[in-house]
Amino acid sequence: MRPTLKVPSRGGRPWLALLGLLLVLGPAGAMARDPRPLSEDDIAWLRRDGFELDSATVTRYRELGRSRFLDEQLDQHDSDDRLPAPVTALINTYEVANTPLEQLLTNLRDEQEKIKNMPDGDDKTAVKKAQQQHANDLGQQAQQIELLHAIYGGNQLKEQMVWFWLNHFSVYAAKGRVRWVANDYVQNSIRPHALGKFRDLVMATLESPAMMEFLDNAQNAKDHVNENYARELMELHTLGVGSGYTQQDVQQLALILTGSGVAPLRDRPALREHPRYAAMFVHNGLFEFNPRRHDYSDKMLLGQKIKGSGFDEVTEAVNLITRQPACAQFISKKLAEYFVADEPPPELVARMAKTFQRTDGDIAAVMRTMLESKELATSYGKKFKDPMQFVVSSVRMAYDGKPIANAKPLLNWLNQLGEPVFGRLTPDGWPLEGSGWSSSGQMAKRFEIAGAIGTGNNRLLTPEGTVKVGGDFPMLTTRLYYDTFDPRLSPQTRDALAKATSQQEWNTFLLSSPDFNYR
Amino acid sequence: MNRREFLLAAATAAVAAPALSFSGKLFAAPAGAPRFLLVFLRGGYDCNNLLIPHSSDFYYESRPTLSIAKPDPYNQNSVIGLDSEWGLNPALRDSLYPLWQKRQLAFVPFAGTDDMSRSHFETQDNIESGEPSNQRSDFRSGFMARLSGQMAKVPSIAFTDALPLSFQGGNHDIPNISLRGNTKPVFDDRQASILAGMYQNTSLAAAASDGLELRQTVSKELQDEMMNANRGAANSKNFADETHRIATMMRDQYRLGFVDIGGWDTHVNQGSTTGQLANNLTNLGKGLAAYADALGDEWDNTVVVVISEFGRTFRENGNKGTDHGHGTVHWVLGGKVNGGRIAGPQVAVNAQNLLQNRDYPVLTNYRDLLGGLFGKTWGLSGSQLQNVFPGARPKDLQLV
Repeated sequence: MRPTLKVPSRGGRPWLALLGLLLVLGPAGAMARDPRPLSEDDIAWLRRDGFELDSATVTRYRELGRSRFLDEQLDQHDSDDRLPAPVTALINTYEVANTPLEQLLTNLRDEQEKIKNMPDGDDKTAVKKAQQQHANDLGQQAQQIELLHAIYGGNQLKEQMVWFWLNHFSVYAAKGRVRWVANDYVQNSIRPHALGKFRDLVMATLESPAMMEFLDNAQNAKDHVNENYARELMELHTLGVGSGYTQQDVQQLALILTGSGVAPLRDRPALREHPRYAAMFVHNGLFEFNPRRHDYSDKMLLGQKIKGSGFDEVTEAVNLITRQPACAQFISKKLAEYFVADEPPPELVARMAKTFQRTDGDIAAVMRTMLESKELATSYGKKFKDPMQFVVSSVRMAYDGKPIANAKPLLNWLNQLGEPVFGRLTPDGWPLEGSGWSSSGQMAKRFEIAGAIGTGNNRLLTPEGTVKVGGDFPMLTTRLYYDTFDPRLSPQTRDALAKATSQQEWNTFLLSSPDFNYR
Repeated sequence: MNRREFLLAAATAAVAAPALSFSGKLFAAPAGAPRFLLVFLRGGYDCNNLLIPHSSDFYYESRPTLSIAKPDPYNQNSVIGLDSEWGLNPALRDSLYPLWQKRQLAFVPFAGTDDMSRSHFETQDNIESGEPSNQRSDFRSGFMARLSGQMAKVPSIAFTDALPLSFQGGNHDIPNISLRGNTKPVFDDRQASILAGMYQNTSLAAAASDGLELRQTVSKELQDEMMNANRGAANSKNFADETHRIATMMRDQYRLGFVDIGGWDTHVNQGSTTGQLANNLTNLGKGLAAYADALGDEWDNTVVVVISEFGRTFRENGNKGTDHGHGTVHWVLGGKVNGGRIAGPQVAVNAQNLLQNRDYPVLTNYRDLLGGLFGKTWGLSGSQLQNVFPGARPKDLQLV
């Protein structure tokens, strides 16, 4: 059966007729095998579940129905992080993806030593500059990889969770060695636990070189205490400010965390074999707990005594903190703020927190409570996309699974919209509420970026280092669009689309519209 | 383009795009009207290495690696003595010290909030809200927005990527624009009008049309001027370029502005006369000096206040840095500011006077300080000031 093509009511323009022909002949026709239309509720639910619709998601949802679709997404053992082959191939060209972490850091150390030993002068300046450029390249590769996963990842709920946690456990690329370890942080600390146990996620970030470096715990040692990470671990990562912990608790937790840091790249066998400390060293990848740097006094944290014993104190402290009711409440509220509403219904948050406590912080269970709630259903159409959601969803909608050849433009757009990946200077992460992203300056920028995507006036399809040929622009008037967006457009948007004088302009208006920017 | 031509161009553009709701703020405010710029240093800058208590032995004991040498005319890296007790980080010698000498710069030590969380985010939000810390009633309302609401003809703007909490929750849309990158508009009037039209009757109607409008007109003017001033270099590389652009807009169109600068959270290796803090101070100093310079005669009608969420631990930590503290030093600058002095109540800088044996106490609440400044600058009544800073007791430190 051929799909019947609807054209905008005031159509009749030659470019639309041509487009119609393309559509009928194009691969979008494959979807016509299952004519069952999605209900308005299904579409709205799917738009929250993922970074906007694409044909593959819609097809899978039709096959499974909501309940099984959700089961599949929440199944931890089905860690489907597969990407289309050309996207994987692109990622594999990045140095940060194809070099082991320890090697990356060793290279950095060697570069730095080389610079240190050079006499001052032009050569030294040039080498320094090259090293900075190298560092920036690695950071940008890590950003691109995360964006490509967000756009092309098959489990879109998981992709949103990865982004959510990346923002919750925010690290800033330009500090210290974070650029070198940022990709490892997403792929190996965040991603495997994105739908697992919250406690494991906290431990994974605690043991990541990225977090140790960013919040200075790599420097935290007996008699040289640095409170930075201890404070943010309670304030931003687990309990929330004003939840009852005191300055005293911060100081005690900082002592508990002394000695936890990044392993030195040169082995120090003499130290490790020291009879007193050998058994107490803890290593996990590049994480190291160095017993010689640890304060072994007994501590009082949140009213509980923690006996000075080494790294076990850290595990004990994280268990204690993540089992506080305040933690269940704080994490549930933030999840609901991101997925449901700027000011989420307290009853929903309470139910999520209850699930959190009942399951000892099982993130998938908390997400199920939320995604099956009636409160989610009453919030449709009112959540304004943040820049990450806007950029990722625009590309998903515009290219519908077709692989882009160059992810750099995505970075530029997020920079311009003020929400770069790994770009939040402070550890609190980007705002979750719409008002953080809907000021007049933000709106104008967003329209401009809608234009850059909609008109094809960008280099998404031009591999880096090659010359752009022709002006390709995406076709947003697809079967997917007519099935899902077109029937529920507001009259104002319909009116604007009808005034478009080209496909490019039509695309720009659609991506700029309230219908697309609210979900 | 001079100001008169700009006005004409703005008016013409307004006629050409009737579907957009053009508001009054694009039209220049009268010259000679007072203007205020709030500079927010995010991250809690180390005030103790900006305004240095050089007569305090305790300062030198507390900071074995971070302290800056006592004033010494033969040492460029020593404290610049401001009076017998206080001195300035030499990183500001070429930029702000001249303003001090002209008596256009004052410092208020022991200033800050009553928020004791020592959390960046909690304290920043608390300050920007302008409400008493334990009685916040509206979490989406900032004091700059309420101030703007008290003064219908005082056009306001935030020079930031997103609208800061300070300017949120007002009774009218307050535009924001980052002046760091390219500000060139990309839509023609027809397209802008269609785009804004989609948001009519939504809660973002004003934001959509104001944002487009700002790009269409103001940035065009700015672009021309900056292209000339910078010989074609449109991108600002540093804060001084950005403040130069800010000055252009504050001089011609706006009277109430906000800009923030991050990167002040120095837990590790913060340095003294060189290093991270000194670099930031150098950059900030140059930016403020460029701002003063670019305003020309209108600098006399300008007040700039520099604040930060808190000060830092008085003693350096084990990593040659400082941790989160409480009281800080506010800066007040302007052509007619009663400067060249250290203002407000003070105590001796010694171990006994530290708050919780850790940091500076707060003797001047920022709400009282700013309330006093706003009252005198714009002649606001007591009840108007209460709207801006509920429950504050505006204090006149004779700064304006």
